[in-house]
This record gives sequence, C-alpha cells and structure tokens, in this order.
Amino acid sequence: MALKASEIKIGDTYSECLVEDLKRTQIVQYAGASGDYNPLHTDEIFTTKMAGYPTVFAHGMLTMGMTGGMLTNYVGDGRLTKYGVRFTNQVWPGDTLNSTATVESLDGDVVRLVVETKNQDGATVLSGYAEARVDD
Amino acid sequence: MAVDRFPIEASHILMFARAVGDDNQIYYDADYAAGTEPGSVIAPPTFAQSSAQFDPDYFLRPKPGQDWFGSGKEPTGVQKKEESGGGGGGGGGGGLHAEQHFVYHRHLKPGDVLSAETKPGKTWEKQSKRAGKLMFSESVTEYRDQNGELVITATGVGVRTERPVDQ
Repeated sequence: MALKASEIKIGDTYSECLVEDLKRTQIVQYAGASGDYNPLHTDEIFTTKMAGYPTVFAHGMLTMGMTGGMLTNYVGDGRLTKYGVRFTNQVWPGDTLNSTATVESLDGDVVRLVVETKNQDGATVLSGYAEARVDD
Repeated sequence: MAVDRFPIEASHILMFARAVGDDNQIYYDADYAAGTEPGSVIAPPTFAQSSAQFDPDYFLRPKPGQDWFGSGKEPTGVQKKEESGGGGGGGGGGGLHAEQHFVYHRHLKPGDVLSAETKPGKTWEKQSKRAGKLMFSESVTEYRDQNGELVITATGVGVRTERPVDQ
C-alpha cells in the first residue's frame, strides 16, 4: 500500500529494526548477490592482518539495501524516486540496526524523507534522504 | 566501469533481496506481484549495484589465473602493499564507500536488459581525526534499458583513507 498525502504530516516517523546481531554469513550472502567480493567484508585473515581492522565489516551497500527495505515497506513498492545516503560509521558482525524515516516535506505528490540508521550503541551508521510518490 | 549487458533476472533479484534481509513477496513471487501496483516482480532499490556481476573487469572479483589480494596460504595473495588496503566502494576510486545516491526514472523488472556507463565526477580531500587524510572521488553511472531509456542514475563516492579508521 502506498502512502497517502492526506494521511501524512511533516515530522511523522516510521521505524523498523533492520537486523539483530548481524551475522557474517549475511555479509557473505551480500557479497555473493552483489558481486562485491572485497576481502574486507568476508576474509578475516586479510582484514585483520593486512588491512588492520579488528574483524570483517559489512558492505555499506548492505546497510543501504537493508534500509531500503524499511523505506519500501513505508512508501510502497515501486514508489521511490530518489534515495541517497552517506555511510558514517562501519557496521560490524553482531550489530543490531534500527532505521527511521522522518517526513521532512510534502510537495504535491512527492514526499521527502530524512533517513537514519543507527546501531545498538546509538551511533549513526547511515544518514540520508529519500523521495517517493504518494497518492492524494 | 562500463557494463555492456546487465540482464535483470528473477533469480538474481531473489538472491539479492534475501541478502538484504527483505522478504517482500514482490521480489520473488510473480503471481503475487501481478496483483500489485507495479504489476510484476521488481528489483529492490539498491539492486543496480549488482551490475558488478556483469562487469568483465570488476576488480573486486577473483578471476581464474590472476592474483587476488585476499588470503590463501598467506594473509594476502599479492605482495604490493598499496593494493592490500582493500579497494572497492562505489566511488570508483577505491578504498571505502562513503556515499551512494540513486535517482529512479523507473523501477527494474525481470526481462530488462541494461547497459551502464560510468563517468568520473568530482574529487576532494579532507582531514579526519580517525583516519588521517581522506581522498574522496565521485563517479556517476547511467543505467539505460533495452530501448536506450535512462532508468537509474547512480552516484557513488569512494574514499581512500591514509590509515585504517580508528574504532
């Protein structure tokens, strides 16, 4: 179901838990589906010994993809017209992510949302925006 | 990056949706999707990123007979230090992925056959406490369908860091 302009107002929020205790296997799934096999995401030995990180970490695009699921659940399928993000902190195995969309403006049949995804410590891992077509 | 042929396939959409933990039926159930507003299975919003699968030269995929910088017997399969920091990101400049933006002119569905052309965008530098000098580079990819129509414009920003990001 798509959003209706008559039923939303500026400041409305919609939130979802995207993932609890992110598993390394899900990061492997994302590598396989997306084709991004950067060892930083799946290769513990490379990532700790060569790249100097404490363990592997998620693709930014996995966080953006999970956050996109929250957005389409809110605005409806096929309704997004724009979606953009900055990756502000890394996402690690074991993280729990919650994401919120907040209505920033409504212009005719286009709603603009502020999008933010945070980890279990309250740190923002992704911040961005989306625009979607809404019904009257 | 240039991708001559990026066929949008139902099983790839299913795998991608699973990977991002999205169990929305519109990504795998054609009968269900027929009754929705889009009228068919569509691809999730960030699916265009998987065009990397169809880039013959994509540098973050191991290729037969070529060195790969991930671990095997040794922590890395290449000796050159500058390659070991990990490449990637959507910015085309290597390093980490800093930003990603999509403009949807229409949504993708199985049967579409896209081509993609990437052009370099802006570059800039910034100093950060957590990772030293940051070198940003932008790239803009236009995805066109089988009729030559622009369907998605994707702008990625990659960042190369002077050292690993402090935790």
